[in-house]
Amino acid sequence: MAPKTLYEKLWDTHVVRTDPDGTALLYIDRHLLHEVTSPQAFEGLRLAGRRPWRPGANLATADHNVPTRERAAGIPDPVSRLQVETLERNCREFAIPEFGMHDRRQGIVHVIGPEQGLTLPGMTLVCGDSHTSTHGALGALAFGIGTSEVEHVLATQCLIQKRARTLRVQVDGTLAPGVTAKDLILAIIGEMGTAGGTGHAIEFAGEAVRRLSVEGRMTLCNMAIEAGARAGFVAVDETTLDYVRGRAYAPKGELWERAAASWRRLHSDPGARFDREVRLRGDAVEPQVTWGTSPEMVVSVRAAVPDPEAEADPVKAAGMRRALEYMDLTPGTPIQQIAIDKVFIGSCTNSRIEDLREAAAVLRGGRVAASVKQALVVPGSGPVKAQAEAEGLDRVFEQAGFEWREPGCSMCLAMNADRLEPGERCASTSNRNFEGRQGAGGRTHLVSPAMAAAAALAGRFVDVRTLGD
Amino acid sequence: MSVEPFDISTAIVCPLDRANVDTDAIIPKQFLKRIERTGFGPNLFDEWRYLDRGEPGQDCATRPRNPDFVLNDPRYQGASILLTRENFGCGSSREHAPWALLDYGFKVIVAPSFADIFFNNCFKNGILPIVLDETVIDELFSKATRERPLEMRVDLECQRLVLDDGTEIPFEVDPFRKQCLLEGLDDIGLTLRHEAEIRAYERRRREEAPWLFQDLAE
Ligand code: SF4
Repeated sequence: MAPKTLYEKLWDTHVVRTDPDGTALLYIDRHLLHEVTSPQAFEGLRLAGRRPWRPGANLATADHNVPTRERAAGIPDPVSRLQVETLERNCREFAIPEFGMHDRRQGIVHVIGPEQGLTLPGMTLVCGDSHTSTHGALGALAFGIGTSEVEHVLATQCLIQKRARTLRVQVDGTLAPGVTAKDLILAIIGEMGTAGGTGHAIEFAGEAVRRLSVEGRMTLCNMAIEAGARAGFVAVDETTLDYVRGRAYAPKGELWERAAASWRRLHSDPGARFDREVRLRGDAVEPQVTWGTSPEMVVSVRAAVPDPEAEADPVKAAGMRRALEYMDLTPGTPIQQIAIDKVFIGSCTNSRIEDLREAAAVLRGGRVAASVKQALVVPGSGPVKAQAEAEGLDRVFEQAGFEWREPGCSMCLAMNADRLEPGERCASTSNRNFEGRQGAGGRTHLVSPAMAAAAALAGRFVDVRTLGD
Repeated sequence: MSVEPFDISTAIVCPLDRANVDTDAIIPKQFLKRIERTGFGPNLFDEWRYLDRGEPGQDCATRPRNPDFVLNDPRYQGASILLTRENFGCGSSREHAPWALLDYGFKVIVAPSFADIFFNNCFKNGILPIVLDETVIDELFSKATRERPLEMRVDLECQRLVLDDGTEIPFEVDPFRKQCLLEGLDDIGLTLRHEAEIRAYERRRREEAPWLFQDLAE
């Protein structure tokens, strides 16, 4: 048999049928739903008189709109409340399992999937959310879809798809101490550009990737979409199996043995051909900070804000000028001289227990700078929050001057009350620095949790590796 | 969901000269709380289009407009073709973005490249995204920004754009998607025609990988 890439293995095992032009019907094993992208899909089912194909293959949760404090009091904003209640009503009507806002397992959809064992290696998994690529960290084919497709999956358990091109991003060597998966993915996006992966499914490989924990791999795959790719994934290894074993919805006993045996084959075969390959050196990656309004506008913390005059491509240069104006930055300013107003640690990129541990390790014994108006930690899920509290991390954060909140998307997209005011500058562990993303007029700099914590202490960006020097 | 068949005769081209326009810019998040598919048009490009801060429920007709933003230029009123730059529609998967474009009146978007999910979402809503060469796009921008706006006819059947000066520009479109657009097909209905095949697949997979069929409702 010809050697296959991991993508081809995942694809081939899920094709129900293929038309002569290559359009395939792809079977979807797991479908996750949230309140923002699902109401119109359920409404579509209702209008057409259709029922879900396999209700028990779906799981819904409310995450985008939920308040991150005083949750017992409910949602004060009536429009948000209606959306969350609509999800509950739809789940009841269509028999879709749901972790409601008050369930202790509730959290950001991309955090709870892997955490509960709802995401398994070898699956196809979709959700009406672009960061669904996160779940690829477990060796699954996972990607974001639109609301029409949410309806399509509900009604048929399938999607109409065409095979993507394959791209291997190979990271040789190991990441230096103080450099995290977040820095690596920002560096990759800086290298490839936000459209660099368009039309491709990315397999992250190489020594630096193998050495990452599954949580780090999730951070990496989470932002595959920011490189333009629809899906990102990592081959299954013992690290993956150790992560999945014992999770609430993971197979047990004899079924586990069978599953694990089949999952061990989920890697690209030696000699498999990719449509494209990108290679970079992991040990050359430094802590990253974005300076603009697109994740590709990123540099090392030791660098300076770049100059559009030095950019040859006129469309790019115009984009840089607009970004600098929006961000209120001058070319040539050292990144470490940029002062911040707020800090946000959270989002499906960086709100898992390891992220919180990394940030807390930097903060321990320190105080958030007086110039910082607000510093927030929003754990990714109920279990992450409980685990952090059991380890005393909540105390570390609070003693340093951070607010410790309830799980949800929060200031990642500011659909709830947590947001930046116009002109405010934020060190954020989320994944998008678009104009207005964290609040109209807000200025976002994407960084790792450790770098966000370091910035909180200093009131400006600093190289976390030199903190305490 | 079924969509209306694609139908566009001669239309004005609105030039939005920006690369990497993301879906947050197309429709900011505070407007995603609606549970309907319609009514997003007045808030299309909200942060660029108006000078005040947009909130759901405002009467947009009375809000101060940004005179420098192309949608507010008198030349482009009634435009239903959007001309833009590379990587249009990147970012969030929100289908509210094509809903907002459609609700405003855009039925065709012409760009050098699109983000994948957005591209797909367009077809699902009867919007035709057309990919053209960078040089052709540059040409169109120079024509569209003159005193008299550019008008063109979109001939989906023959896959060509016919400009008001008679120039013809061919474009590519996936045959299945073209058919869906022309006939306004309901793709769920199409998939359900293969019900027996889906069931057969499920039976086979249940044997091979039973752990994938655990019922979460139980
Ligand atoms: S945390 Fe942010 S990026 Fe992730 S799902 Fe929520 S809103 Fe989307």
